[in-house]
Order: sequence, then C-alpha cells, then structure tokens
Amino acid sequence: MSSERNPMPVQPADTRIFNFDEVALGYTPMLAKAEAERCLSCKNAPCMKGCPVGVRIPDFIACVKRGDMDRAADILSADNNLAAVCGRVCPQENQCEKLCVRREKLSGSVAIGNLERYVADWTLTSGNNLPKREKPDLNLKVAVVGSGPASLSCAADLAIMGAKVTMYEALHKAGGVLMYGIPQFRLPKDVVEKQLDGVRALGVDIVTDVVIGKSLFIEELLEEFDAVFIGSGAGLPSFLGVQGENLGGVYSANEYLTRVNLMGAGREGAVTPLIIGKKVAVVGAGNVAMDSARTARRLGAEVTLVYRRSRTEMPAREEEIVHAEEEGVRFMLLTNPVAILGEGAVEGMRCVKMQLGEPDQSGRRRPIPVAGSEFDIQCDSVIVALGTTPNPIIKNSCPNLATSAKGTIEVDECGRTNIPRLYAGGDATTGAATVILAMGAGKRAARAILTDMAVDIRKM
Amino acid sequence: MIMKRFEILSKARRALNVTEYVVYAPLVARHARAGQFVILRTDEDGERVPFTICDYDKERGSVSILVQEVGYTTMRLAQMSAGDCLADFVGPLGDPTDLSGYKHICLVGGGIGAAVIYPQAKQLYGVKRVDVILGARTKELLMYREEFASLCGDLYVVTDDGSAGEKGLVTDVLRKNIENGAKYDCVFAVGPLPMMKAVCDLTREYGIKTVVSMNSLMVDGTGMCGCCRVTVGGKVRYACIDGPEFDGHEVDFDEARARNNIYKAQEHQCALRRGL
Repeated sequence: MSSERNPMPVQPADTRIFNFDEVALGYTPMLAKAEAERCLSCKNAPCMKGCPVGVRIPDFIACVKRGDMDRAADILSADNNLAAVCGRVCPQENQCEKLCVRREKLSGSVAIGNLERYVADWTLTSGNNLPKREKPDLNLKVAVVGSGPASLSCAADLAIMGAKVTMYEALHKAGGVLMYGIPQFRLPKDVVEKQLDGVRALGVDIVTDVVIGKSLFIEELLEEFDAVFIGSGAGLPSFLGVQGENLGGVYSANEYLTRVNLMGAGREGAVTPLIIGKKVAVVGAGNVAMDSARTARRLGAEVTLVYRRSRTEMPAREEEIVHAEEEGVRFMLLTNPVAILGEGAVEGMRCVKMQLGEPDQSGRRRPIPVAGSEFDIQCDSVIVALGTTPNPIIKNSCPNLATSAKGTIEVDECGRTNIPRLYAGGDATTGAATVILAMGAGKRAARAILTDMAVDIRKM
Repeated sequence: MIMKRFEILSKARRALNVTEYVVYAPLVARHARAGQFVILRTDEDGERVPFTICDYDKERGSVSILVQEVGYTTMRLAQMSAGDCLADFVGPLGDPTDLSGYKHICLVGGGIGAAVIYPQAKQLYGVKRVDVILGARTKELLMYREEFASLCGDLYVVTDDGSAGEKGLVTDVLRKNIENGAKYDCVFAVGPLPMMKAVCDLTREYGIKTVVSMNSLMVDGTGMCGCCRVTVGGKVRYACIDGPEFDGHEVDFDEARARNNIYKAQEHQCALRRGL
C-alpha cells in the first residue's frame, strides 16, 4: 500500500526536441497493472466528484487490476467518449487526482489520467473503439456548431440515444482546438482522428467548410433542426497592445499553432509559410504559451518565455511547465514586454521588471512595474499567448441571442440559451477553459436537449 | 448536370495574368453579398488564401472570384481546369459593402480592384449618382471596361502609360473631377495598397469620406488567428470579421503593406520548389 506512484515513461528531453512525436509514451501493461493496484477502491469514490463528466473511476481501475480490459473500456466510454484525448490533456492534478485519498499521505494520488489513457489507447488499437448506437432512431434532428470537445461530446451523446446529428465545422478539418491548437507531441492527430471516426460511426454527419453565422444562420438551423447546440469555441486572440506588435514575425499563439498544427508550416516542403525564428520570445505562461514555446523549440529556435508574475502564479499545468523547462525553454519571470523592437521585422523586445504587490481580484499577487528597470532582449519572432475573447460572428448574426458583457453566450446550468431549442456550451459560454469542462458542458446540453424534447433519458 | 462540391464550372481570362473562376458552392452563394470574400485551398496540402467575391448566382449555386497569378496558390489555380474541384471554398466571410448612407459616390478600381467595385456599380447605378474611375498600369491589365460602360453613367478610364483612356493615375482623374465641382460624399477605393493610400491622401484634403477594402493575409478567416490585423484609427482591427472594408483615412497603410509582404520570399521559394 505504500507503493510509489508509477511515473509516465517519456521520451528523453534531448531526443524529443528534435521531433514532434508524443512526449508521454504511455504505460506498459505491467506499469498499468501496478498503478491500478494502488487504487484503494474507496466506496465513496471522492475522485469521481472531481471529474466533470463523472467517469466511474474506481470501477474502471478495478477492471484494469484484474485484466478485464473490455469491461474497463466499456465503463470508461460510457461517460467519456473522448477518453484518449482526456487521458492526455486533462489537468487531472486539479480534478480527480486532487481528491484521491492517497494524495497527501500514501505516496501520492493514483495516476488516474495515465490509466485512463492506457485503457483508451487499448480501445483504439484493439479495433473495438467504435462506440455503439444504443437506441433506435428517435426522429430527432440536431445541428451542432463547431467540432471541438464540447460539440463532439454533445453530438456523440445525442447520437448514442438515437438522434440524427449534423455537425458544422468552419475549418477544413474537424476537431477544433484538438486539431489546430494542441500540438502533435502532446496530442497526436491520429488519436484525434480515431476519436472522430468513433463519432462518425455513431452516424454523426460532419460537414466542414461551413461557418455558422456566415454560410448558414442560426435561425435557418432552427428551422431545419429540432434543436441546435453551439460549441464554437473561444475566439479572438488577445494582444499586448504595445508598439511594434504588428511587425512581421509577431504571432498570436492561435496563429502560430494553427500554422504548424493544422497547416503543417515549418515542415519540409510545406506550402503555408512561417517565420520560424532563431530566437523566439513567448509572452504568457498558460498551457497555450507552453505549447507555443515547445513547438518553437522543436522548430529549432532558442526560446525565452516572458511572464509578468512568478513561477508560482503560472497558470499552465505543472507537467507542461516541467516539460518546457526540460526542453530548454528559458523562463524570464517577473518581466513584462513594453514594446516590440524592429524595422519591418522583429529585432528584439523591450521589457520591464515587475514585482508582486497585494493580491488582486484573481487572488494572485498583482504585478507592478519596477520604475527605470527597462531592458531589451534579442529575438526575431514573438508569440503572444495571452488568451482570447469571444468570437462575435454568431452573436452578430443572431442579435436576439443573450450574451454577457464579455461577449460569452449566456446559458443556464444545462446549456439552454434564452432562445428556445438553442443550446450552447464550452469556451463559447465560459471563455477559454479546458477540454474536459467543455465536454462536460456538451454532455449536460445533450441531456437537456433530450429532456426538453421529451425523450426518456432515464437509461442514459 | 450534377455538379460536385467546389467544382470549377468555368474559367476565363479577364486580363493579363488575371483569371475569373466560377465555382460551385451553393452554401456560399446563398448568402453572398458584394464586398464579402471566400477562403479557398486548391489541394489537401494547400494553404488557405482569401479572395473577394466578384459575382454570385444563387439559383445556380455558383460564386465567381477573380485571381491574379502572383504566388504559389494563384499559379496552382491557373493549372486547374473547369471540372476540377477545389479542396475547400468557404464563405461568405467578412461584412458586405454598405454605401447606403451616401448620395454621390465615386467608385475607384485599380487593377483587380475593378472586380470589387463592379457589383457596387451594378447595384447603385440608377439608384444613386455614381462615377467610376477605372485604372491600371497598362491596357492589358484593365478589367471590366465593357461591363462598366454598359451600365451607363460616368466612366473614366486611366492607365499609367496611356495605352487606354487617359494617361496618368486614378488620383489625377479623381482630383480633376473634384476640382471641376463633383460633390462626392463618398469614395469607395479598391486596388493595390499604394493606390488606396494615394486616394485616401487626396480625399483627406477635401474631407471626403473614403472606404477601402483591405486584402490582408489570413489563415482561418473567422477571427481565430489574428493574422489579418490592421491598425485603424490607432486600434487593432481584424479584416476578416471587422472588415474587410474600413475608413481609409484611419488605416495605417504602411503597416498593412509591410504585413502583406511578410512571406514574399518564402512564397517565391515555394512556387519554385513546386515547379511553378
């Protein structure tokens, strides 16, 4: 019972900075069994309270323990139709694993995320990955806007219950942020493709190259479908608002990652161009900043990450921060950019030193510039990863839709908007958040749609 | 006849190195309005490039774009024939042109910009007072001359070398018209950035409201990446969702020009590598 948590095997840092292959290699059957043995099978399952989609964690781990992978897979997929994604990108340390009773006193939480990935990957490779359609046709037509995590989980849950779902994606590839945002080395695109195949196998029709609010309007969808779910994601990137920010070589993290992940820029022979940079400065310290910094490292750049607070306040997952450090990303903390320098192209960035004052509204200590502390760093490319604000396209084309002052779509706890038969969830309603929260919202909306359409959901 | 998704229905030369493509895209045609644009990819490994919609036929489900062969994608397009399908063709994106608040409008089209002002001319002739100034470097680059002429109204043609119409620049004609008493309350200028800038510098002197259409580089075209940002009145705006049309007197043209040239060298390399 005092056994140590089994760490995830990873590609060594000095190898992985030369490739885009996945960093975390996954448990071997032996490691998985050993880790599963650490689970105490608590009756009250505190871990489950930390899971936004309510996966029956002790149950699936018990199956891994006794080697019943089929059953483990069934239990996992019953609540999570994107488990191979969640096992990789969920911040488990703040969710299920945070509530694990082993965390404080018994050599650390059970590595639930690693086990989830192990089971999900087993499912993907065993050829048993296609979820089953459980119910006969409901004669219920639902349109889903966007094809990221919120939309995928909503669509899958509806399709399993027998609804006919059509999913509209603005880009040329489905998957949303899983495709354009999260890099290959953290979430391989063939894993996402297999998860999409699973959703297609349920009968969900995925239509790319359609921008809802432009190619088709919400009101048209409401005429054609019984219900509509909006999972269109976060939206417009925020910039620093400093001089020089529109120079060539200054990217939003969204643009940089989209060019590399979705368009293949930076690869030999790619058509989509990219200024790769020999010295890249990344501004921000969230997961997206880490993704950008680590991508730039792999494209051969020296990378400095500039953040205005200290290491403790960094919003990225600890694992991402450690991986970035191991890969040689240099952290320049308590530092804030005040201008990007250069004529025509980026030559450097002027920064000011910061110190931490009293806590602000977010509870984190407020960074204050140190007078007269300006200094310049040399760089030829800058990636700004400071989050996003909601995309206005749907709101502008559907003026009756209630939105918050920030521009996010307003919904009740089940994802209902102020317009009957119109639902929303994920980043479009919360602002930028996590894959799993978006999935949870998609699932709740699917339930609400079925309830509101008077479908018996007791067996869901 | 069954038409395939994003099939090129026809292509026709419009000027030297400029081709009009009519593409089958019923969902784009359905809501398309003048001033909006599409983003296309020629092939599965192609880049995403925006093009202004120059005409559309809702019944036929087709959309026309005018393409000047300048870089990899436009040259790749030139290799494609009627019957071939584009990998992607998405839109209509951006906001449509809105000149409803003006009475006497001067439309200025430079080079391929003629394609953007033509639908405006069609809509506005007979409804409002409209003058058209059509300019190009030389005769072979002049577009839509007959179409504009058939709309009746005041049409001024001007080329840099005098090979068609007057010799000079669109701004020479515009200034002459204003000096001769034309009371324009709006100028809608579309063309290369230096031309739009020159028009704006001129109309600023006379205090005439001027609308320009920005041809920024884009990736997604739906407000996600920020590649198309333009400084307008000191503020960052996105051409894809706030534009593509802006108050020309507020646009930072020098910055826009630098941004449009970011990848010039890379694009040239790519075209060479792929034998174009």
